Amino acid sequence: MTTNRDTATSAFDTDELVINMGPQHPSTHGVLRLVLRLDGERVIDMDVVIGYLHRGVEKLTEQRDYTQIVLLTDRMDYVAAASNNLGYVETVEKLMSLEVPKRAQYIRTVLAELQRIASHLVWLGTHAMDIGAVTVFLYCLRERELVLDLFEEYCGARLTYNAMRVGGLPMDLSTGWEAKVRAFCDLLPGKIDDYETLLTNNRIWLERTKDVGVISGADATAIGLTGPALRASGVRRDVRKDEPYAAYKDFDFEVPLGTRGDTYDRYTVRLIEMRQSVRIVQQALDGMPDGPVMGKVPRLIKPPAGETYHAIESPKGELGYFIVSDGQSLSPYRLRVRPPSLCNLQALPQLARGHLVADVVALIGTIDIVLGEVDR
Amino acid sequence: MADPTPAAPRPAPAAEKKVAAPTGPPDPPPPDDLARPAYLEPLTAALPGAIVHTSYWVGDWTLITTSEHWVAVLTWLRDDPRAAFDACADLTAVDWPAREQRFDIVITLYATTRRERVRVKIRVADQQAAPTACGVWPSANWLEREVFDMYGIPFAGHPDLRRLLMPDEWQGHPQRKDYPLEGPGELVLEAPDDWIAMPELRRGVEIE
Amino acid sequence: MIDMVVIPVFKMLVVITAVLSAVAYMVLLERKVQAWVQVRLGPMRVGPHGVLQPIADVLKLITKEDVRPASADRFLFTLAPILVVVPALIVFAVVPFGTSTTMFGKEISLYITDLDIGLLYIVSVASIGLYGLILGGWASNSKYPLLSSLRASAQIVSYEVAVTMTLVSLIVTAGSLSLVEIVKAQEAHGVWYVFIQPVAFVIFVIGALAETNRAPFDLPEAEQELVGGFHTEYSGMRFALFFLAEYTNMIVVSAVGVTMFLGGWLAPFSSVSWLAWLGLVPGWVWFSLKTFLLLSLFLWIRATLPRYRYDQLMRLGWKVLIPLALVNLAVSAVLKVLL
Repeated sequence: MTTNRDTATSAFDTDELVINMGPQHPSTHGVLRLVLRLDGERVIDMDVVIGYLHRGVEKLTEQRDYTQIVLLTDRMDYVAAASNNLGYVETVEKLMSLEVPKRAQYIRTVLAELQRIASHLVWLGTHAMDIGAVTVFLYCLRERELVLDLFEEYCGARLTYNAMRVGGLPMDLSTGWEAKVRAFCDLLPGKIDDYETLLTNNRIWLERTKDVGVISGADATAIGLTGPALRASGVRRDVRKDEPYAAYKDFDFEVPLGTRGDTYDRYTVRLIEMRQSVRIVQQALDGMPDGPVMGKVPRLIKPPAGETYHAIESPKGELGYFIVSDGQSLSPYRLRVRPPSLCNLQALPQLARGHLVADVVALIGTIDIVLGEVDR
Repeated sequence: MADPTPAAPRPAPAAEKKVAAPTGPPDPPPPDDLARPAYLEPLTAALPGAIVHTSYWVGDWTLITTSEHWVAVLTWLRDDPRAAFDACADLTAVDWPAREQRFDIVITLYATTRRERVRVKIRVADQQAAPTACGVWPSANWLEREVFDMYGIPFAGHPDLRRLLMPDEWQGHPQRKDYPLEGPGELVLEAPDDWIAMPELRRGVEIE
Repeated sequence: MIDMVVIPVFKMLVVITAVLSAVAYMVLLERKVQAWVQVRLGPMRVGPHGVLQPIADVLKLITKEDVRPASADRFLFTLAPILVVVPALIVFAVVPFGTSTTMFGKEISLYITDLDIGLLYIVSVASIGLYGLILGGWASNSKYPLLSSLRASAQIVSYEVAVTMTLVSLIVTAGSLSLVEIVKAQEAHGVWYVFIQPVAFVIFVIGALAETNRAPFDLPEAEQELVGGFHTEYSGMRFALFFLAEYTNMIVVSAVGVTMFLGGWLAPFSSVSWLAWLGLVPGWVWFSLKTFLLLSLFLWIRATLPRYRYDQLMRLGWKVLIPLALVNLAVSAVLKVLL
């Protein structure tokens, strides 16, 4: 406990309680450490300490060739590995001005949207569990398991997929895979209804999420929030619509927006996003073109000297890659990842100030971080 | 394992072939027939001499400015309605040790309403303080801390300049190109500065 | 001699054994019910369908190393779990499991004692357990347990007011503080008090959840926020005592709820003539069955609802439940005088 007698002006001189939340704490979603300064249970200020999972991915990429780096991207946001793959390969393709076959683009879109569903399911489950609804967690993981099965059937891995290559995809779809994806797409909306039955109109859930962690659209943009967390504040920014990549410009989908920018809006926005993802997957399967899944790619991937930044909409927000090539070596001269989790996490102190300890837990959940990506 | 004879010098890696160390990306100027972004002319008019170079490559516009004009250019890009870059998407650095001003500081801006990006760069020398962009976008705070952590570039006027990812007591800045990639673990962990200072020690070491 | 010593001691042994094994299987039931709700199987390894799991749990807890933090207050740290568990157990002294039965040619009442002030005894003894929670959190000399014991004390004190108030309205209706008399009054009225006092029953159930720190009011133990609450620093058998006390308290409040509102050992539908055979089932079976149903309700609620926040919990207690209980008490008193 620290004393704060200098600043205490009230006649009832009270001490602040400094409490260490994490890096081993059930609700910090990994090895996040928060140093909370509490007045009773109210958060006066907070320091976010990260880096416990820092593995130096950006440095490692400077020693790996462009194909090997796909593997490293898997290990950043490990609940959305396919999105990371997609962002990386698209950046290299942009740097090399490569054409990617249409079929590969469509399959990539399907994978990315399935990944968004899986990631949002993990988010919903953990978020609800932090607020005390443990049952929702197991329901969500049950459905996520189905997505993982689909990924396993596609690429053999359940978590770190290594599912994309510069210029296309490593393999075509197996027979029957599309039918399984369609079956999943038919199943999921009903399951989302189930989660909503448990939460959306639940009095306790409403009390715990409404008006908790309110942030205005302008503030959210300035602090660097992206993705669903930004859209819940009413800012219409979705890389899939704004700067269409993969095959997104071929599909019709809505970008849900919130109005109040509180935890409840972030919850509803993500739930609608899952339903929209189902729509995108169905459209992509309906319009799936034939053809090769790998474009014309030089045997040695050696982009010309230059630099580029490319962003995609990962489940967490804007996932950007900034790659500098010196035109000589087979590794990037510099590869910078713009991790959405890191930039979103930066808003946590602003969101949490003045709330209670229990809300901090809800807020960590609502901004949806994966520490593997925060620390890289 | 304990070989009494000093280990033979390692064969030089392929990358050490006699190729001149790169001194920066080419930053090609835009082709003449390409339409310039609408904010470019007003920007050069409003801040004469601020934009040193303009580059366009694979669809990305890059403006190169100088440390003195950094904050002014960023503020103008944020506030002017023709630019309206209201979000700082990313801020990072690139190390070009062969160059006198060895670091590029690169900021990627995004205009939510116009759905457009631009990259702005400055060059700073080692140990030279860079101006902070925290006053323009609060989101630059952690990103600059990361650059400070990884490259050792101090940001003048930064409200909270601490390491972000590495432990507080860490020596050295890992993303620099001359940071050692291998070595006897403890020495690197505890005193990488000593380790960097001893090239003869670095030479013969085999990592297991 | 036999009436004064042997039979009471025998009864105590039976009750304590029954309660302890009920607690053990309560834990198993809770895990199983939670698992079924959450599309899992629950414990399956120890015995068929995990029925021996409680025994394995107890063995594990007994053999575990007993860790005490270096900076903990030694005396209070040891005292706290005892202070929690003893009141929880001795409350059973006045809970009537049935009227009486004949055994070995003797008339034996199915309760340890029938105090005239039984309800007052329960309310006051049960409150002592709160000291255990506060001391446990404080003596650990650790921040999370401290926060948790602060939460626990505020929560239990405020909800006890509401619960006691509803019990008072029941006393007004029944005209007695003795639990046995209250059940007999329900028999005489020919109706369970849950139908006469539905508002009181709802307040009682909510308050009971809060007093026993059950979801959605399990704030003092919120593992997602406070890592486990006041027993964070406890391990082994001391932790087991907290655990035991929590589940014993659940059984206590369910038993009290059954006695006060659900007619205790009375068989249901006593007025329906063709269901009269239900009265042949011994009273203690009905009592256990009703207690079990109330406990299952607790488990069901836990598996369904998210957790309240501290300030919301306080608001609910002081601004909704206590005024409601007061109004209920006033209405009961007026009706009692008028009718």
